[in-house]
Amino acid sequence: MLEPNVVQDHEIEHLIKDVHELYGYDFSLYSRASFKRRVNRICLIDKFTSFAELRYTIINDPEYLKHFIEEITVNVTEMFRDPHFFKSLREDILPQLGTYPLIRIWVAGCSTGEEAYSIAILLKEAGLYHKCLIYATDINPSVLEIASSGIFPINQMKTYSENYILSGGKKDFSDYYTANYDSAKFDKSLKEKMILSTHNLVSDSSFNSFQLIICRNVLIYFDKKLQERVFHLFDDSLENLGYLALGSKETLRFSHLQNHYQQLDVQKIWKKVDHNQ
Amino acid sequence: MMVDNNTELVIIGGSAGSLQVIIHLIKNLDGELGFSIILVVHRKAQSVSILQSLLQQFSKIEVLEIEDKTEIEANKIYIAPADYHLLFDDKKNVSLDRSEKLHFSRPSIDVSFSSASDIFGDRLVAVLLSGANSDGVEGLQHVKKNGGKVWIQDPDTAQVDYMPRQAMEQVRFNQLITPETLPDDINKLKKL
Repeated sequence: MLEPNVVQDHEIEHLIKDVHELYGYDFSLYSRASFKRRVNRICLIDKFTSFAELRYTIINDPEYLKHFIEEITVNVTEMFRDPHFFKSLREDILPQLGTYPLIRIWVAGCSTGEEAYSIAILLKEAGLYHKCLIYATDINPSVLEIASSGIFPINQMKTYSENYILSGGKKDFSDYYTANYDSAKFDKSLKEKMILSTHNLVSDSSFNSFQLIICRNVLIYFDKKLQERVFHLFDDSLENLGYLALGSKETLRFSHLQNHYQQLDVQKIWKKVDHNQ
Repeated sequence: MMVDNNTELVIIGGSAGSLQVIIHLIKNLDGELGFSIILVVHRKAQSVSILQSLLQQFSKIEVLEIEDKTEIEANKIYIAPADYHLLFDDKKNVSLDRSEKLHFSRPSIDVSFSSASDIFGDRLVAVLLSGANSDGVEGLQHVKKNGGKVWIQDPDTAQVDYMPRQAMEQVRFNQLITPETLPDDINKLKKL
């Protein structure tokens, strides 16, 4: 069912202001249509029949805010989603990264971690896992708990396995997890090189330098101004000749930084060309 | 005499059995319509989208697949990308959204129709074509409520009639269209 239209545009403005002033989360530069749809969806899920109820709850219940942040951000993700992207990582990017003594990768907006685990599998199969670090960050602490558990729904495994094969995977995908009744627990070793942490792309700054930054289907929720800011954050965090990977419909084309980057073939991967000297 | 509102957007939703209708439409559209056309079609996500190049072969008008931050311009045909919902921030700017599927579909016709109707109101024409599920029905209800025009493919002319039949039963439509007359119906929306 389509979510009802409970919340009006001007009410969205109030809500954004409240959440920012009280809790420090700034959603003012999120794409408005998508944000509004999420707010209406929350009203449906939590059975608020008016904006006033939602606003009252948010203002007076800091615990509820946690849930609000969880639901306002989209956490739909998959392992090896867009398999051809992962094939490109496997075949074109990882051999380049293999020349570094230590490979640092940032999965920004990692949600429940499926992509970070996919990257870990790629690195293992490329024989590079021993010398890598995968930083996986998200605005939302509770999705990171799921990422940390490494437990995902078993009914997804068929799709993931198909994706894995399409990405060029040669092993038996089920070797990577232990099946339970309704869940699949991924091998602990896939987490050894993973550093999970909260990071808000809107307000937090660069925290390390990387050779590969993966941020797919996060920027679609941001307006152009915020996107530009995040591109600068990535640029500050990316070594020369490092790679930036975006979602299949996202682009660096509208950014001032585009001249410092070279796009590789059809996948949405850009290489940073030397410009900081 | 009533002054007819100028159309600013024609949004077309289709699922199984809609491609032939769309191809026939595109072959017979006038060049300078003065508004844009957006297609929201259920299809499988592929690494390279072929629908855009397929449709471009038949079209005088430029056909583009929407990407993040694509700006919508008049006299162009846009395709909603597979595996994303398409929403409207304002008349020029759209947002893509990879949230949960609706009616097992992403893009969902309901989501795009209803979002377009919020922005375009009575300047919108929404067309629902052949298909096998009930996506689009709620969207058309929003379009109607916001003063837009609702066109439904005559189920008797649809390869798969479930979707248009559901819509016909549940929405107060303005017009039933057939694959043959649709191009002309749209050409006639052109600003005089």
